[in-house]
Amino acid sequence: MDILENLFLIISKFIVDWLQSIGLPLIWADFILLVIKFACIAGIVTINILILIWLERKVSGFIQERLGPNRLGPFGVFQTIADAIKLLTKEDIIPSATDKFIFRTAPIVFIVISLMLYMVIPFGDGMQIVDLNIGVFYFLSVASLATIAILMAGWGSNNKWSLLGAMRSVAQMITYEVPLAFSLIGIIMIAGSLRMSDIIAAQSNVWFILLQPVAFITYFIAATAELNRGPFDMPEAEQELTAGAYTEYTGMRWALFFLAEYTNLFAVSAIAATMFFGGWQGPFLPSWLWLPIKAYLIMMIFFWIKWTFPRIRMDHLMSFSWKVLIPVSLANIVLTGCGIHLFKWMGWW
Amino acid sequence: MLQTENITVNIGPQHPSTHGGLHVEAIFNGEIIVDSTVHLGYVHRSVEKIAETRTYPQFVPYTSRLDYLASQLPTLAYCQAVEKMIGAEIPERAEYIRVIMAELSRIASHMLAIGSIAIDLGATTGLIYTFRDRERIMDMFEMTSGQRLITSYMRIGGISDDLPPEFFPAVNSFIEDIPKMIKEYEDLLVGNEIMQARLKGVGVISAEDAINYGVSGPNLRATGVAYDIRKAEPYGIYDRFDFDIPTRKNGDSWDRFILRIEEIKESSEIIDQALKDLPQGEIMGKVRRVIRPEAGKEVYHRIESAKGELGFYIVSDGSDKPYRLHVRAPSFINLMILPQISKGEKLQDIIANIATLDPVLGECDR
Amino acid sequence: MPNKKIIEGLQAEFNDALEVSNDGSYDILTIEKGQLHALCENLKKDGFNYLANLTAVDYEDRFEVVYHIHSVPENRKIAVKTIIDYGNPEVSTVIDIWRTADWQEREVYDLLGIKFAGHPNLIRILLPYDYEAHPLRKDFKLK
Repeated sequence: MDILENLFLIISKFIVDWLQSIGLPLIWADFILLVIKFACIAGIVTINILILIWLERKVSGFIQERLGPNRLGPFGVFQTIADAIKLLTKEDIIPSATDKFIFRTAPIVFIVISLMLYMVIPFGDGMQIVDLNIGVFYFLSVASLATIAILMAGWGSNNKWSLLGAMRSVAQMITYEVPLAFSLIGIIMIAGSLRMSDIIAAQSNVWFILLQPVAFITYFIAATAELNRGPFDMPEAEQELTAGAYTEYTGMRWALFFLAEYTNLFAVSAIAATMFFGGWQGPFLPSWLWLPIKAYLIMMIFFWIKWTFPRIRMDHLMSFSWKVLIPVSLANIVLTGCGIHLFKWMGWW
Repeated sequence: MLQTENITVNIGPQHPSTHGGLHVEAIFNGEIIVDSTVHLGYVHRSVEKIAETRTYPQFVPYTSRLDYLASQLPTLAYCQAVEKMIGAEIPERAEYIRVIMAELSRIASHMLAIGSIAIDLGATTGLIYTFRDRERIMDMFEMTSGQRLITSYMRIGGISDDLPPEFFPAVNSFIEDIPKMIKEYEDLLVGNEIMQARLKGVGVISAEDAINYGVSGPNLRATGVAYDIRKAEPYGIYDRFDFDIPTRKNGDSWDRFILRIEEIKESSEIIDQALKDLPQGEIMGKVRRVIRPEAGKEVYHRIESAKGELGFYIVSDGSDKPYRLHVRAPSFINLMILPQISKGEKLQDIIANIATLDPVLGECDR
Repeated sequence: MPNKKIIEGLQAEFNDALEVSNDGSYDILTIEKGQLHALCENLKKDGFNYLANLTAVDYEDRFEVVYHIHSVPENRKIAVKTIIDYGNPEVSTVIDIWRTADWQEREVYDLLGIKFAGHPNLIRILLPYDYEAHPLRKDFKLK
């Protein structure tokens, strides 16, 4: 059991030891280990996305009384791989009127930003690439960068639909970044730290979902908007803006946006699991299995909502955030503060 | 100095929610529609000119292709128009089967309308649910006419084939299941707050405007005018059936959406009554093989199609081909009000308005 | 029938310009081209608020423009016809009386080439804007 729990730590320790044994100084060994970690993240993300896309199609098929992918492999599990190969081999079309440099860089920026989110996710006990002392802050600021990539894509495409999609994305991001940050402040107040490992440690007795249920709901809604997922998929909005910011993208460039969205989805769900559901903590199973399990369960709710709800209107979306989410999350902060003070005063803290 | 600028955007003809080749040229101030113009003709096949070169029976399949989502209805209108010209007698059984088919078509069309409203608002699942149910009607059409979508089932003087025995269990179980289906639509779509926020108060048509603009069908009844040609000027045997004309008050997109769900219930009641009274007998009246209405005869026959008032104006010169044939297409005339009701609303509202006006471009462009 | 009184009133007003017939389904008022607009205004006043159908027929020596007008929801109906000569096909628009005439007149103009004087936006509607012929005319050659 212990070996299984510390499997990855043992492997990394073995690598460092081996590198030192062949004469490398410690700093170089650590550097090589970091590179290996990054490579692992990229691999995990890719495999994870393949599963996620297949799962979303299966779930949507279940909701809509369809079968979903069922031809390639058992239950169609290899469908995504076939799709990926198709996208890779497609012709790469860059329309002539685009701003070529921005058009080309936008998908790369998007995927890089979404990969950056994984730096602070604690995948298991001690399994974090960097345990920043401002982990939550890092997550919030990097997550909001994604809008720059969408704005680049929309502007660079030189297409009115794309521009409208990009503008929507920016407006939506500005609106929903605020409640997203506010919803996490209550947790930071209770945990007393921005460090992810401290927040998980603070949940060893009780999950924060029980102490901060309102914060979880605001976080969840704001995160849906941040992820551009239905019913908040404004920048894409295929029924209105054809494909919004991604209208002019084809082949692998388009696939990069697609991959980045799913990368973000897992990251946001993993953060939600970390902040509200005790992160990697759980009985029986090794810690590095608990986080994906929790994240996948949260993602199921994302799927469920996307495939049930119509798209909200842009002005309703804005007013919902400014008039409902932000006041509610502010009130939550005040209540949390009062609660902490009360607990201290009663001597229970 | 920063300046803002209106942008002109072409919604269509290649666009996911324009129901075919509709082209709306819209001027936006941000997301607000300043003005819009409708451009038509992308599916124009000059059906009216074709009619002049085809004999009367030959033209029947072309009418099915007008409103391909409810293909029995234009065929019915055309056949009845020609029958009116030549004074043909239709056997009772054929009349009842026509009513059953027409109402099944109406249900199919309304189901598709509900589904496409749902998907145009981004609710994909709503579309799949209505398509699942509409599929059963398509199967029934296949049993009777061999065709699922473009049935061409009616003939001048009757219908082409009698109902097969397997049709009756299918239609009976379908009618039985309709309340269940509607319950499901209500749970998924009608009760949804986002749906209500998206549709209520959007694209409001007043009763006066509706009449003045010639809006007909469900879109007119949503404004509160209880006008249904099946009641106002019964054609065929519609005066024998007992059904209500559902109306709404506000004339907004929401009312147009709800009204279609209510009309499904009424149509299913008509089918139920028609099935109970269905007599035995002939299915084709005595109509000469070559139809030559007398010269100078003209007729304007209108029916209540799924989209509104569908009329055929036929002029004869005594030959076996129509001298002039004009289709009064409800989708065409209903669309005219679109720029009017969309002005000052949001980009997302014009999509909802197109969906709830429910045009079918095959009929609109003819 | 309720139309009878209205028709009598109209006959008194328009005298010789108006001819009344019946085709078994519609009372048909055939009016001189110049009086069409006045007649339609009268009809609208009499409650015929719903212009169901507007079309035209090419009889090779003349055009006939046909209006099928209904009253909603009382459900009365009447048809109006006007004959215009082939050389200069022009008739006054009724768009100011029934807005629904807008696209229907454009369609008649598009397919038959009849001009509607006073129409604010008389351009083609179904055919391409730069198309030249009017295909529903009988002299249009099918290739």
